[in-house]
Amino acid sequence: MLGDITIGQYYPSDSFLHKLDPRTKIIAILIYMISLFVVNNFYGLLGMLLISILVVMISQIPIKYFFRGLKMILFIVLLTVALQIFMTPGTIVWQWSFLKITEEGIKQAIFMGTRLVLLISITSILTLTTTPIALTDGIEHLLKPFQRIGLPAHELAMMMSIALRFIPTLVEETDKIMKAQAARGANFDSGNIVEKVKALVPLLVPLFLSAFQRADELAIAMEARCYHGGANRTRLKALQYTKRDLFVAGICVCMALLAICSRMI
Amino acid sequence: MIKIDHLTHIYHKESTNQEVKALDDVSLTIQDGEHIAVLGHNGCGKSTLAKHLNALLLPTEGTVEVDAVDTANEADLWTIRQSVGMVFQNPDNQLIATTVEEDVAFGPENIGMEPLLIRQRVDEALELVGMTAFKDKEPHLLSGGQKQRVAIAGIIAMRPKYIVFDEPTAMLDPQGRREVMETMQRLNKEEGLTVVNITHFMEEAVLADRVVVMEQGKVILVDTPRVVFSQVDLLKRMQLDVPPITELAALLHKEKNYIAADIMTIEEMVNALCH
Repeated sequence: MLGDITIGQYYPSDSFLHKLDPRTKIIAILIYMISLFVVNNFYGLLGMLLISILVVMISQIPIKYFFRGLKMILFIVLLTVALQIFMTPGTIVWQWSFLKITEEGIKQAIFMGTRLVLLISITSILTLTTTPIALTDGIEHLLKPFQRIGLPAHELAMMMSIALRFIPTLVEETDKIMKAQAARGANFDSGNIVEKVKALVPLLVPLFLSAFQRADELAIAMEARCYHGGANRTRLKALQYTKRDLFVAGICVCMALLAICSRMI
Repeated sequence: MIKIDHLTHIYHKESTNQEVKALDDVSLTIQDGEHIAVLGHNGCGKSTLAKHLNALLLPTEGTVEVDAVDTANEADLWTIRQSVGMVFQNPDNQLIATTVEEDVAFGPENIGMEPLLIRQRVDEALELVGMTAFKDKEPHLLSGGQKQRVAIAGIIAMRPKYIVFDEPTAMLDPQGRREVMETMQRLNKEEGLTVVNITHFMEEAVLADRVVVMEQGKVILVDTPRVVFSQVDLLKRMQLDVPPITELAALLHKEKNYIAADIMTIEEMVNALCH
């Protein structure tokens, strides 16, 4: 029942975006997000929308697959839009008892709704085109400058990648323990919330015990393989910027400049 | 050469607040190129002994020297761990990375090898254990025997002189056990690696050049498998299984003197009976 899991939502393909360095992608998306909030009129917003449509097309991710991810945030978007429409004060366009729609409200709602959808779209493009391990690598590299002020960049990345490595193992183990407890009459499915939570105790206790045991053994195995932190460590696949990354960096700079200029219209 | 000289290891047991002597005055010399099996019942100290060979544990008394370097010497710690590789019992809990080749690269990465050289070592190591076809797979998709072979490749990629196997087959099915034992044999015979195999399977101990039998932290017996397994009574007293064919030979030897007590294979038994 827990057998078939995928971590993250990586969609394997061979597109331009897939081949891009994860560091470039993370930074580009940060710039996009900032630009998204810099633009303050419909021309700017239209531009951002066009850019994200273009990005989705380049990513070669099937539209269906892409929208499935967006469905989950539909409720939040609708809520935001509704709040903006009804709560913004201004020139009243339509009114029914205490509900009123204002001109400013409509404008705000369109703005916030679009921003939210674009925000989620572009970040899901990141996770759809980057493997979790590449993402971890990218984050590690980007956080490295902060090591000087005491941020444990390597340790964080190592923890993330070990977590990724052990999620399937622990899921498998959870499945095994559930079956073992079910065989002894444990019931995980029925009863009210309190009963259901109580039923999880015989699942969580052995799971935690074994996780600690695993952590202990893994630490010994890592030490036996000469692991001694991030200092002087090399990588099999070192991240390397290419012309592609330079190209994207150029586009990002243009995008940011245009976003700033669009405020002046 | 690994030289263990009057090694004693005492640890403090929290639960009962007692000092436990896990190893008691153990002396042993492991020659280069040798295949040694360490046999013993649970809790006899064989795993503790293994952990002393690459300085995961340090002696309370006595010394362990790897190629004339004392393991207690902290400055040489990483040289020793590179030279003495270790494969553990649970295949799941020693694979660190999310893909097979990244995991094999873990050791070389730790000792700061050049990326190009790592690539070369990883490919060689995977080839040697026959796992090249799986290099992009995620570890949890492999069988137990395959995981253990990846773990071995991760050790080989560091080019060690010695590999210590700490019950590498205890959690595997017969197929996986066969894969691991074949790999172990090949590394010893063809690649000339020194192998120390901690085990409680007699079939594995038979393959070794020398067998070390341990009980309660002491080394009871060190000899060729043939000599060790002919001492059926001693092994039985220590609650160790004796290979069935050897046990049969011992029983027959008591009745009929002309059958040797040190028969180890079915073929030898057939020959002995038919003459």
